[in-house]
Parts: sequence; C-alpha cells; structure tokens
Amino acid sequence: MENSFGKITTLEKAMEFFYSGMTLMFGGFGGVGTPPTLVDGILKKGINNLTLIGNDTGFPNIGIGKLVSRNRAAKVIVSHIGSNPVAGELMNEGQIEVEFSPQGILVERIRAGGIGLPGFLTDIGLDNEVISKNKPQFQLDGKNYLVEKALTADVSIVYAKKADPYGNLIYDKSARNTNPLVAMASKITIAEVEEIVPIGSLNPEEIVTQGVYIDYLIPSKGVNWTWAWE
Amino acid sequence: MGMGVDFRYRMAKRASEEIKNGMLVNLGIGIPSLVPNHLPENMHVIFHSENGIIGMGPSPVKGEEDSNLCNAGGFPVTIQSGGSYCDSSIAFGMIRKGKVDLTILGSLQVSSKGDLANWIVPGKKVPGMGGAVELAQKAKRVVVVMNHCDKSGISKIVKECSYPLTSSKCVNLIITEMAVFKIHVEELWLTELFKGIELSDVIERTNCEFRVNEYYRSIPY
Repeated sequence: MENSFGKITTLEKAMEFFYSGMTLMFGGFGGVGTPPTLVDGILKKGINNLTLIGNDTGFPNIGIGKLVSRNRAAKVIVSHIGSNPVAGELMNEGQIEVEFSPQGILVERIRAGGIGLPGFLTDIGLDNEVISKNKPQFQLDGKNYLVEKALTADVSIVYAKKADPYGNLIYDKSARNTNPLVAMASKITIAEVEEIVPIGSLNPEEIVTQGVYIDYLIPSKGVNWTWAWE
Repeated sequence: MGMGVDFRYRMAKRASEEIKNGMLVNLGIGIPSLVPNHLPENMHVIFHSENGIIGMGPSPVKGEEDSNLCNAGGFPVTIQSGGSYCDSSIAFGMIRKGKVDLTILGSLQVSSKGDLANWIVPGKKVPGMGGAVELAQKAKRVVVVMNHCDKSGISKIVKECSYPLTSSKCVNLIITEMAVFKIHVEELWLTELFKGIELSDVIERTNCEFRVNEYYRSIPY
C-alpha cells in the first residue's frame, strides 16, 4: 500500500504518543467501536494516571474498561459507569475521579472541541442539581441556559472499518457511535482500522470522517474480548 | 406482591397502546424493551437508539449476532428496512430538537407533578445519567413503566421525590402493575385500573393524593 501521507504506521510506533498523566479520548459505546488493539497497546505499555474522556467506562474486561478496571485512570469524564462495577468501586474508594455529563451533552462537548468552539449553551440539566452545579449560566432572549465547555485531549483513539492512506474513514454500523466526534477533538488522532484501501477506492459520498482529522492509521488485530451477550 | 411475569406482560402491553403509526420511539431497558412484542404486525414504528441507530429492529436469531450492531445496552439488534446509522451527536440532536415522539422508561420515583427521579439511589449506586436527562426533558411524550412499590413495599409514586431529580415536570403517564395515571397540569389523575385491582388497593399503596377520573377504564388484561 502506498503511504504518501506517512500516516500508515505500526502499533509500536503509535505507542510513542502515549504517556502517563496524559488526557486520552476514546471512541466507542459500551465497548462497541472502541479500538481493541490500541487499548491493549496502552495496557501493555504500563502507563497510568490517565484522564479518559468517552461515552462510558465499558465493561470490566471490554473496551476502555480494561484500562479503568486495572486502575490506570485517575479521572474519567463519561455519561455513565453503570456497566463497569469496578469503576464504581474505585470511585467509592476515592481512587478515581468521575465527572458525569449527560450523554448527548458529553458528545456535543467533544464535537465542540473538534470544530473549534469553546463551548455552547443548553437547557439540558438546568433543573438537575448535579448537572447544573458549579456551571456558569447565561441568558439569551430572556431564557436561562447552562454554559457547557468544549472537551479536547492530547490523543484520540478511534475504530473504523475502512480507511484510505489519507485517513478518510468509514465506520461499521453502530460501531460508528462517538467515533466521528472523538476523531476530531484531540491534538493527535490515531485510527485503528479493519482495512486500509487504496486512495480513490472509497466513495466520496460515503466517507464519514475526513482524513484531515486523522494523523495515524494502524491495522486492527480485532476484538479479543468476550462480549457480555456471548 | 411479587413481580411475576404477568405484571411485566401487562405493563408492556399497556405501554404498547401509547405507540401510534409513524412515531419515532426510544425505549429504555427492562420492561420498556418488551413493548415491541405487543405491537400489531402492520404498524410502522421507527425505534431510535442513542448510540446511533434510527430504525432499530428486534434481536437477531442466535448465531446471526453482529458485535458491531448493538443497542445502547450493548446487546445485539438488527436494523429495519429503511433504517440508518448516525453518530451519537446526531442521535441526541434529534432528541433535543423534539423529534422523538415518545420515550418509555423505568424509574425509581415519580412525583405527582411529574418529576422524574431515575438515576441515583443516594448512598448506594451512582451509575451516571447516560441519556436519561435529554430523553426525559425533550421527548414529546414521556411514559414511565415501573412497579407501583419498591422491594420494601414503599410507594414509588410520591408527593415530592426524595431521590435527586433526573428532570422536573416531564412525565406524562405512569403505568404500574395496578393502574395507569395521567399527569395533567401538574395534577395526578388515575385513569385506568388493571383487571382484579380495586381502587382502594391503589389508594392504600400510593404515597400521595391523586384524583380519580370518574369514567376510569377497566383494563381487561
């Protein structure tokens, strides 16, 4: 495969971008669409004290849950931890800080980070004491709104079905979920993909994420965990 | 009173009556997920899933699961003919814009004004709100399906919620295994009674006052 943009790389090379204490944004929803090979690479590298940003903490041995349940995260910014009881235990023991954001607001904060906006206004959570706590409010046209801040990170990791060498991405069914948003929001984005195809072979009408947002591509070794339903 | 299969069946069946042809509907986990089993064959309903499926279909037959086609709970589903995939921001954009006609969800408590508390049991579990706040606040119609009382026999319909609110004044209809209540202008009205339930039972087991529609319906199942 031609590598004219220098984006196609190996897991080993990609691992140079990961370090203890970094802020890491991950795609996926309940582990579906979370890049398994990159998660394993991070686990193997032994880094910790991570701030993780993504939809949820997966399951104890699925998706980003593999890092969370092995105590590699100091903080998570997520919409729920309900499917990962280990995350709940660590939170109760004070070993992990959890910031909850309503699911759609969380992804919109990530999206804002990816499209150059510092934040946005919303009425979601105005009457929810936990969500509205310590957030600035702003009046617009006589109505009150919460100010929600954009989220960005040092590195984003995403999973896609197909990529071309420029990094244009196509996803796979509901494994798309938060990936196109997470792909946009960090300084560096690494996509783990099932297949890398030649330039020009993806239909321009069907590309979901523009390669503009993708810095590196690595081939996926596939999911190596057992799903809850299996 | 235990939660037998019959009660789940009757609540899901009654909730299915809220679904009309052409609606965009989001279902919560638990009893709400049983609702599609009760819809007539010829009805066209679009099921919305927060993880980006518009036109979600039923579970696949065993052996045909696709791990990249799952519902918001992480379990394999299918896609209906005419369905599509989107990212999470679009899925929630639809909710906030008011495009979801109906959401059917479970709850820990509902107040007589329609306040919903379904995300934290203080001192116990703090799982996070997921997508519940947006659905409760922005779906055109919010139907709660829940047991009338909790495991200790305490009414889940209350004057004021003691648990932290998910969203205030958002619930339109409550379906329990005993009765159906409508919330109209912040007032709780009993509008239907299930088969074999006496009005006095409901009054006894409900921890707040409610009004009774004099023409209340007797649900025959």
